[in-house]
Amino acid sequence: MSAVSLTVNGKAVTADIDPRTLLVQYLRENLRLTGTHVGCDTSQCGACVVHLDGEAIKACTVLAVQCDGRSVTTIEGLASGGELHPMQAAFREHHGLQCGYCTPGMIMTAVDLVRRKGNSLDEHTIRDELEGNICRCTGYHNIVKAIAAGAENMAAEPQKVAAE
Amino acid sequence: MYAFAYHQPTSLKEAVSLLAGEDAKLVAGGHTLIPTMKQRLAAPGTLIDLGKVPDLVGIERSPRSITIGAMTTHGAVADSADVKEAIPALAELAALIGDPAVRHRGTIGGSVANNDPAADYPAACLALGATISTNKRKLTAEEYFTGLFETALEEGEIVTGVSFPIPHKAAYEKFRNPASRYALVGVFVAKRPSDIRVTVTGAGSNGVFRWTEAEEALAKRFSAKSLEGMSPSASGLNSDIHADADYRAHLIGVMARRAVQKAADR
Ligand SMILES: Cc1cc2nc3c(=O)[nH]c(=O)nc-3n(C[C@H](O)[C@H](O)[C@H](O)COP(=O)(O)OP(=O)(O)OC[C@H]3O[C@@H](n4cnc5c(N)ncnc54)[C@H](O)[C@@H]3O)c2cc1C
Ligand code: FES
Ligand code: FES
Repeated sequence: MSAVSLTVNGKAVTADIDPRTLLVQYLRENLRLTGTHVGCDTSQCGACVVHLDGEAIKACTVLAVQCDGRSVTTIEGLASGGELHPMQAAFREHHGLQCGYCTPGMIMTAVDLVRRKGNSLDEHTIRDELEGNICRCTGYHNIVKAIAAGAENMAAEPQKVAAE
Repeated sequence: MYAFAYHQPTSLKEAVSLLAGEDAKLVAGGHTLIPTMKQRLAAPGTLIDLGKVPDLVGIERSPRSITIGAMTTHGAVADSADVKEAIPALAELAALIGDPAVRHRGTIGGSVANNDPAADYPAACLALGATISTNKRKLTAEEYFTGLFETALEEGEIVTGVSFPIPHKAAYEKFRNPASRYALVGVFVAKRPSDIRVTVTGAGSNGVFRWTEAEEALAKRFSAKSLEGMSPSASGLNSDIHADADYRAHLIGVMARRAVQKAADR
């Protein structure tokens, strides 16, 4: 067993865990934060994307113990005070989901994209950046639209940019 | 994944001594090792995480070279203003590795230690004449990459950084496998003060290699026209479900001409 302390959605957590526990397992099974999904478990699909110190990462390919002393934000940590984060609101508004399985990973990837590339994103950039996020349902068109709109809305409401 | 013991040393010295333990293996970004452990193709008894070892992260620029710490992520290289300015081809190469989330974890040290025959960095190391530094010594790229998933690293040796001499011009062209995002064929062309190098990844059955015929042709005139109609022999190239050896040979010619054109336009 290994001791691990980290911050998840702004709250400090500590645990004594088997070192082979993946971050996604720790989030879902220990902390019961089941918004982060497992699609492939082979680093391909992006359903498990969360932020580690603000950067998008695939939680199925990181050990929880590797996150010791660091800060994790999951989809549950985006909304503030019962109001959706602008990126979440844009996915709802633009029908950026059907079954919703890929959605938490898509949204976490999108928020990271805005951090790196700004609020004004063209279609080509968005599609290129979604390289590691697979959606089985939508055909991507509405996801791309939602991300472009969400990015702009994030500029309008900067106070709601995550708890990180 | 089989069970293992886990250590997070806070100095290189401590990492080296832990690594001397039985059945111990380093983990950097874990983006090759963790998937391999999940498949039970690797089952180390002890993992030594380099994540908290200081001084392994960072990019340093000198008038003649760019030096990248082993634990520097692909994303940091891709976004570095120094790398973009001094060796834009290297930043572009890093930006083509995997996807954004992979680039936030995967490291240059892990990539060169693994020496996957379809990885991108080995092509840049060999073309630019990089020096690979370890806790024990410095190795040229020629000495370092010795074959398929093989390097000159000895037991207990840790890569600490990679130093790339700044070329006059360089470019990288990659034909990605659309599913895995690794290189089906990648060609790096570098016009250096002393010579011209053309290296190929993704295709050789022994890993990265130099395409010397193309280098000779470009030494006469550095232009895509010098490679018109040329492609290397298909013998010694990989054939798999994604592409056979003849197709890879053809792609090498095409990617090399594109890379030369791109470098010449810089
Ligand atoms: C979905 C996906 C797509 C990818 N696409 C590409 C791609 O397009 N191109 C590409 O080149 N790569 C690609 N990769 C691989 C990625 O770049 C890896 O991150 C990289 O090859 C290994 O780096 P790492 O830091 O993750 O190493 P790890 O997985 O932590 O380690 C890999 C190996 O190197 C050893 N090691 C690590 N660091 C050191 C060190 N400092 N000294 C000595 N030994 C060390 C470890 O013991 C282990 O054996 C992809 C990976 C994934 C998951
Ligand atoms: S579950 Fe992590 S990438 Fe698919
Ligand atoms: S909405 Fe179903 S997988 Fe994307």
